[in-house]
Order: sequence, then C-alpha cells, then structure tokens
Amino acid sequence: MTHSTDPAPSKGWYARNEIRVTPWLFLLPGILFFAVYVVVPIFQSVWISFHAWDGLGEKEWIGLGNYERLATDRKFETSFWNNLKWLFLYLLAIPAGLFIALFLNQKVWGIRLYKSLFFFPFVISQVVVGLVFSWFYLPNNGLFDVIVGFFGIDISGGVLGNPNTATYGIIAAGLWPQTAYCMILYLTGLNAVDPEQVEAARLDGAKGWKMLWFVILPQLKPATFIAFVVTIIGALRSFDLISIMTNGGPFGSTRVLSFFMFEESLSEFGFRMGYGASIAVVLFLIMLCFIGYFLWSMYQDEKGGR
Amino acid sequence: MSFTLKGTIAALAASTMLTGAALADGHAKPLTGELRIMSDMSNPAPRAVMEGLAADFGAMHPDLNIELEIVDREAWKTQIRNALTANAPDVVNWYAANRMGPYVNAGLFEDISDMYTDGSLPGLEAVKGAMTLDGKQWGVPYTYYQWGIYYREDMFKELGLTEPVTFEDELANCQKIVDSGKKCYAIGTKFLWTAGGWFDYMNMRTNGFDFHMQLARGEVAWTDERVRETFANWRKIIDMGGYIDDHQSYSWQEALKFMTDGDAASYLIGNFAVPHLREAGLSDEQIDFYQFPTIADVPQGEDAPTDTFHIPANASNKDNARAFLQYVTSADVQTKINAGDALGQLPVNAASSVDADEFLEQGFAMLSTNAQGGVAQFFDRDFPAEMASVGMEGLQEFMVFPDNLDDILARLEEAATRIYEK
Repeated sequence: MTHSTDPAPSKGWYARNEIRVTPWLFLLPGILFFAVYVVVPIFQSVWISFHAWDGLGEKEWIGLGNYERLATDRKFETSFWNNLKWLFLYLLAIPAGLFIALFLNQKVWGIRLYKSLFFFPFVISQVVVGLVFSWFYLPNNGLFDVIVGFFGIDISGGVLGNPNTATYGIIAAGLWPQTAYCMILYLTGLNAVDPEQVEAARLDGAKGWKMLWFVILPQLKPATFIAFVVTIIGALRSFDLISIMTNGGPFGSTRVLSFFMFEESLSEFGFRMGYGASIAVVLFLIMLCFIGYFLWSMYQDEKGGR
Repeated sequence: MSFTLKGTIAALAASTMLTGAALADGHAKPLTGELRIMSDMSNPAPRAVMEGLAADFGAMHPDLNIELEIVDREAWKTQIRNALTANAPDVVNWYAANRMGPYVNAGLFEDISDMYTDGSLPGLEAVKGAMTLDGKQWGVPYTYYQWGIYYREDMFKELGLTEPVTFEDELANCQKIVDSGKKCYAIGTKFLWTAGGWFDYMNMRTNGFDFHMQLARGEVAWTDERVRETFANWRKIIDMGGYIDDHQSYSWQEALKFMTDGDAASYLIGNFAVPHLREAGLSDEQIDFYQFPTIADVPQGEDAPTDTFHIPANASNKDNARAFLQYVTSADVQTKINAGDALGQLPVNAASSVDADEFLEQGFAMLSTNAQGGVAQFFDRDFPAEMASVGMEGLQEFMVFPDNLDDILARLEEAATRIYEK
C-alpha cells in the first residue's frame, strides 16, 4: 500500500476539489443529454426560423420575413385565439377534478371501483378519446345531436363541422381525461389533509363552503399547483385531439399553434420548415411565460421552506 | 460498409452486363445482387399486388436478393423525405406531376429519360407527359384511374332520369332528385381533397383544361372573372341543396353511406370507390358511371391521378431498379396488376388490355376517346403543395358558406402571390 515514492504526498487535483467537482460529475450525463436534446434544438429552431427552407435543399436567409408573415397570417391569428380558449377553458378541469375528488373521498363499499371508473378516461389514449367524442358529436345520428335535438337545438354541420362550436367541442373532449387527472391529484392531496385541523375547525363551527375554502383548500395548495401546471401544459400541447377530431378543420377554425406548426412544417402539404420554426418559437415564448412563473413560484416556495 | 461495396459490385456487374444487350430484353438477363423496394401500397389489395410483383420478379431472377418494405400509405407521404436522403432504397412509390417537384428539385429522384428514348419502355408514350418535369422523365407510372360521377342506376330509373350530358341536364336531374327528398351528391370534405375534385371539374368544364393548368401554374389570378364564373356555376348546385348536409364532418368513406343507403343519388369520386360500393352490397345493376357533363363549349379535361415508381438518386442498385421499372410497366404485367381482382384500375401501357369490368371499360373509353382537353392529375397534385392545402380549405369553406366567396378568393390570391412569387 505504501509504494509511494513521494515522501510528502500532496493530494491530487481531484482529491483537492472533490467537493466542488463531484456534483458536476453526477450532473454531467443529465446536462449533456438535456443540452443535446433540448437546449441546442431550441437555438436551432430559432436559427431555422430566420430562413426559408423546405427541409431538403439549401436554407435561404430571409431575416424576420417569417415573423412578418406570421403577423399578417389569419391562420396564425385563429390559432392564437384558439390557444387562449384552450388555456382558459382547460382550467375548468381543476375545479371539476376537485369536486369529483371531494365526492369520491369517502369510505363506502366499492369506492375503489368508482375511483377507477372516474380515472379511466385518463388511462385510455387521447386518440381513443378523440374518436369516441367525434362519434358522439356526429351530426344526425350522434348521441349529442340526438340529445340537443330533443331540446330543439340544431347545430348546423354538427358540433365539429360548425366553425363556431368545433373548438369548444374538442376542448370538452379534452376536459374529460384532464378532469380525471386533476381528480387523482386531489385525491392523493386529500389523504394528506390533517384530520386534527379539520376536527379543530369543526369545533370552531366551520362547515360547508367555509370549511372547504379556509381549511381544506389551503392544505391542498401543493396539489392545486401541480394540477395547474399539468393543465396549462396540457392545454398548450393540445394536438392529438385536434388532429383526430377535425384535422384543424372546418376551414382551419380549430387550429392551435402546435397544430399549425405541425401542418406548416411536417404535414403532407407542409415542409415550410422556416415558417414552422417561427411558429415554434412563438409557442415557446408563450410557454416560457408560464414556465418562468412556475419556476419562480417553486423558488419562492423553497426559499420559504428553509 | 460491406453493403455499399456489395452494391457497387452488383451495379458494376449489372451495368457491364447491360451495356452489350439492349435494355428492351433486360429482364431476360438474370440479375444478381440486391434490390431494395420501399412501397406505399399498404391497403390490402395493392399490398398483395406489390408482394406478387416482388415475388414474380424474384422468380425471374433467382440470384437477385429482393428486399421489400411496405410502408403505410399516409405515413409514406412524409416518410419519403427521410427514405430518399438516408440509406435510400432502390425503388420507391410516389405520385406523378407536380408532386414530384420537391424531390426533382432537390436532386433526389434519378433522371431516367434515357429509358424513354432508347426504347426500354414501349407503350408508355401516352403517359410520358405526367412523368415529365423540366423536360426530363423522373419515374414510371404503374396505375391510374378515372374520376367521374358514380350514380345509383336504380334511383335514376325510379325517377325516370337518364345520364346527363350537359350541365343543364345535370341541374334538371338534380332538381328532380331534390324534389323527391333525396340529395344529388354524396361528398365528405373533412379531409378537404374531395372538394378539390369538384373544383377541378367545374373549372375544367367552365374554362377548359388549359385554363385550369394556367391557374395551377399561377399564371391566372384566383380573383379572375373566369374563376368567379366557375364558382358561380358550382354555386347553382350548392344553392339548390344538391349536396348532402354537414359534409364537412365526414370523410369520403363515411359519406359513401349516403349513397349506399339511397339518400344520395351520386358521387363525384375516383374509381377506387367502386369496391367499397360493391362491398356495401350494391350490385353492378344498381351502380353506374357517367362522365362529368359539359358546361361551356370546351374540350373535356379529365382527372386521372397516376401512381408511380421512382429510383432515388442515392440508390445503390440502380441497374436492378431500372430492370424492375421496366418489368412493372411491361404490357403483360400491367394487364395483370390492374385487373379487377388486383388493383382494379387502368393499365398505363398502351399494349395492355383493360379488365372486363363495367367501370374500368367505361373509364378507359372515356379517357382514350373523350378527354381531348387533356388529363389532369388532381387538384392536390397539379397545384403546388402549399397552394393545394390553402386552396382546398377555401373550397371546403365555399361549399359550406358560399357567401364568403370574395373573402376566400382574396385569401387564395394573396397566398398565390406569395407561393408563385408573382
């Protein structure tokens, strides 16, 4: 063991810097992959968005040309407003999920089965959800049309064929699994609610809405935060349902930014990579606002926790 | 590495072998080496045809190692880009005319003009035009099919209607059908392209084939008075309630149900709809076909989309691929693969015979004798891709909200100005 020829062994570089270096060594694989698959592509997208490119030939530099086109493109305008509709209406999944969770948070025989049934839509693929809902919405023989027809309402073209209702129809389909997701988050949250606090509140005479608002909900704050995050992200990623249910139609009225981006750059008649990339950049900037808020909020929490 | 080396040797061997003999009897010479085919013939019947082609070609050349990969037809429309650039196969499927444009411009399709000039492809003179871009030929067709109006013969009889020849007849027929509580035309525009078919015919009949092609090439404005006339004619059918309701919610297959149920009398569609109608239980006595009626006094142009085979420029066994293209387009093979029990479409080789099928015979007769205007591919193949997608969306909107026409045309012209860089 003592083969060292050096009479006064000074520690090696690594040994001296172990504390500072080791965390980075552990982080290295993660950083590397994150850089290659996330960070670098972001910059590449920005770079491509300054070009006109069909994905095969040479890129042609057109500066801000793609963005100027976006500013006047009606497809972009429609997609943007639809994205906002998605963002706001999708948030309905949070209160809906909360109330289902409160309803299911009781101990009766077979409650696990009911919970599973409510959770079921989240387990099945979005594609299946989309298909089921598009049959549900079919004009004339779809169940929805039959039901509203009973009340004397006739939506011309069917829910998905009418440009005024199609987006809402898809959002409703998306809410089905998203509500289930929020419900599960709240159910686990409710398990962590402190029974002593509930007991104390009860002794003080709180019940009903007051109990929910001042005692239960504050304790569900972490669950609400996560539900908010996944719902916002889910709304911005809404792509599969649109693709399955309307394919962006009728006449492009159900496009959202992600679908528009796909259509311009990767669909059958697409391959305008530069233009698609510029949409991606805009979408990224919108997401960045939310991501920034989430990060800031988590940072605040951690600071408060210490 | 070993793969490319083997490929080069095979190519060398094949090319030295072929330089001596005329290519015309190329498939008599046994081929060796590899042949990788990537095909989009993924529907059951075309798949069987493609597998049969590979097997038969393999039987003729026992030393040739054929590798066939069949890709989903819809997925192939975007996958072809990767396939042509990285590790390209030797033979691929695609479509004729403008749809070849991006790959021809990017230098990804092999120029096979020499095969057309040296007599290796006898009988293909008539279809050469559809394979020509920039004065060169970039592949071979293997099948095509007619478009036209497929109608319920029994419903026509019941109402005492006959096949219309002029647009007035057509409208008169339609009025009677509408009065009887039925619809004249089934159509499903959810995926847009079916509306493109209607526009093709309306425009080719109102303004002629040449005008239609000028519009496709961006030489005429969408806001042109003549284009408006096309839409005015089209609107007559829309206003009289000729189309089924809510067609924007259906795919073309879903809309077939209206015809098979007897709620709609006819359907402007390609011949590929016939097997579906037969499967739905309609006999040949119940369905028939007529050419789209004339509107103005212009030579009739027809839509007859052509499917094709190409050699990627990056292929490694080009000589084997050429022999395969020659084999596929030869008269006998064409007769066989386009027969009613195979693809059920029209052969591209003039020396082939058309299968004894009511619809194939009528379509063949129509295209060979009554399409003096010219043969178009289809809206989404004749117009540049971006124009086609913007255009079809506008056409669908017009069919639902005809009052939006001015706005639609202005939008299309704006897109055209950018796309054709006017």
